Amino acid sequence: MELYRILIGKPGLDGHDRGAKFIARALRDAGFEVIYTGIRRTPDEIAASAVQEDVAAVGLSSMSGAHARLFPAVLEALDKAGAKDIPVLGGGIIPAEDIPRLKKAGISSVFTPGTPVDTIINAFREACCQHHQQRC
Amino acid sequence: MSKQDPALQEWQDNELARTLARFPERKEAFTCHGGRPVERLALPKEIDEAYQDKLGFPGRYPYTRGVQPTMYRGRLWTMRQYAGFSTAAASNERYRYLLDQGQTGLSVAFDLPTQIGYDSDDPMALGEVGKVGVAIDTLADMEILFDQIPLDKISTSMTINSPAMVLLAMYIVVAEKQGVKAEQIMGTIQNDLLKEYVARGTYIFPPRASLRLITNIFQWCSANAPRFNTISISGYHIREAGSTATQEVAFTLANGLTYVQTALDAGLDLDVFAPRLAFFFNASSNLLEEAAKFRAARRLWARLMKERFQAEKPSTMMLRFHTQTAGNTLTAQQVDNNIVRVTIQALAAVLGGTQSLHTNSRDEALSLPTEDSVRTALRTQQIIAHESGVADTVDPLAGSWYIEELTDAIEQEALDLINQVDEFGGVVACIENGFIAGQIEDAAYQYQQQIESGERVIVGVNEFQVDEDVEVPVMRLDPAVEDEQVRQLKQVKAERDQEAVRQCLADLENAARSDSANLMKPVLAAVRAYCSLGEICGVLRGVFGEYRGRAW
Repeated sequence: MELYRILIGKPGLDGHDRGAKFIARALRDAGFEVIYTGIRRTPDEIAASAVQEDVAAVGLSSMSGAHARLFPAVLEALDKAGAKDIPVLGGGIIPAEDIPRLKKAGISSVFTPGTPVDTIINAFREACCQHHQQRC
Repeated sequence: MSKQDPALQEWQDNELARTLARFPERKEAFTCHGGRPVERLALPKEIDEAYQDKLGFPGRYPYTRGVQPTMYRGRLWTMRQYAGFSTAAASNERYRYLLDQGQTGLSVAFDLPTQIGYDSDDPMALGEVGKVGVAIDTLADMEILFDQIPLDKISTSMTINSPAMVLLAMYIVVAEKQGVKAEQIMGTIQNDLLKEYVARGTYIFPPRASLRLITNIFQWCSANAPRFNTISISGYHIREAGSTATQEVAFTLANGLTYVQTALDAGLDLDVFAPRLAFFFNASSNLLEEAAKFRAARRLWARLMKERFQAEKPSTMMLRFHTQTAGNTLTAQQVDNNIVRVTIQALAAVLGGTQSLHTNSRDEALSLPTEDSVRTALRTQQIIAHESGVADTVDPLAGSWYIEELTDAIEQEALDLINQVDEFGGVVACIENGFIAGQIEDAAYQYQQQIESGERVIVGVNEFQVDEDVEVPVMRLDPAVEDEQVRQLKQVKAERDQEAVRQCLADLENAARSDSANLMKPVLAAVRAYCSLGEICGVLRGVFGEYRGRAW
């Protein structure tokens, strides 16, 4: 199986990264190479790291309610950095009614509290495969 | 029961008699359903040395059974719901609603830009203004926040850390404008930076600069605002980040010892500042472990203060604490189940002898709570207080073999971990080398893996699920809030005396560059001149630099 490199990012000012760190570690245990940005990164910083590390996918976490502005801002920053093709997944405290809007903006999957970690790992694997134009 | 025991008699004649004379109990007689009297303090048949050493009497060293001789028979804990959102005006309205509903203290939640020292118009604040609490940019916002709330009567807890000095200064000036002197104000600022680096994340400056700001506050308040608690040393967020109960106690008390040592090094008098140290713990769902944890923390702190700092004054050794139920245990699935979780957790806090309590609302795994949910959360505390009977006798779990064993074990394990932190160079070194964060991360990972594997059952999440559309009334914030806040800030900035602002910020910078200056005075002056939070923190960022969090 291919070793995919992915970035887990915490955009915005929210410091709650228990979930982000758990996902990062679980993905690592599942065979991914994972870079975790640490908390309080700007969308531009996250996009720059994603490009610099040449990742196959980006995962974003937000707990403060700022996802509606920040997730699309990361997509824009990736676009500006010429990396529109990198798939972006997101998770956190996200009301159900926000999910269609985030998907429309280009977030490929959105995970809410209680999602089994295997579901998340599979989604990352699929996103990485598609990014590399391979079959899973 | 050896009611004639000399040790008991001595406690009754001293601590108990003094307390009863000053604070009569809530009722003349406490009774069970049917009239049987409820004892104030149940005791073993024989009050031997081992009992006195480990448990003793409430209101007396080592405080295992509580910090007050009569505990909740004298006065119930303070029911203090953390609230605050969007604008100062909206928060002010919520506070007045809560006070009307019988809440007895205020607890202010600030939005993240405020907590990290950014004004609402800063690019870093984009999308975060008014989201998780109220936005405060200048004194003008604070004046609105406490409009018609008498600051000489109400105690206010403010969850603010890196910019605590600025918000405290604003509070003092608002009180002044109401005719209330600094020496009359009551409340608490969180002001606990050490846990921010390992758990909560709203740091601005590096650890050593933060310790200076904290010590400056201790010093100023000791002289000028003696009824204000200058720090709330918080295990809550360490636990939320995934620590175990023992780690929560250990890292919190280790932080506490660091603040004490720093203040002593700065020449402060232990018996003046230590009585104003308050603590803040998490109450999670394991009822008996949590109740034992609070008892263990109280005893361990008293012993550490006595053994390490030769404390003798009771209020210097007493661990007084606020508790909040565990947000991380709330589930988005079957949200009503959260009311039951919160009830168990709140009960643990009361059985453990908390001084004040916040109960979470059922819908907090989804968004900020609605008014209905907040009321149910407050009612939960009122039911425990007035219907359950647990508040009618002091430390009702004492003497249970399991509880005492657990209390001893948590105390010993926490002490071992504190000693380990000391061996590794102390708390600041263990922040910088990642030891504390690593310990918490490992515990969090193991816990979550147990849930994923089904070894640990979370009702409604990995067992007993139902098909449901998670549709609860969600509190929505109007996106126009951010624009309005920015507009008001611009107006305040346009109308103030610009020369005074320049001068105050220059004075602050000079003071910050001199290690010996206390920054409270220049910050008070800056706040009075309507310098903004972002301007004040910006000056300090320039002098102290900024801390950057760990990546991996």
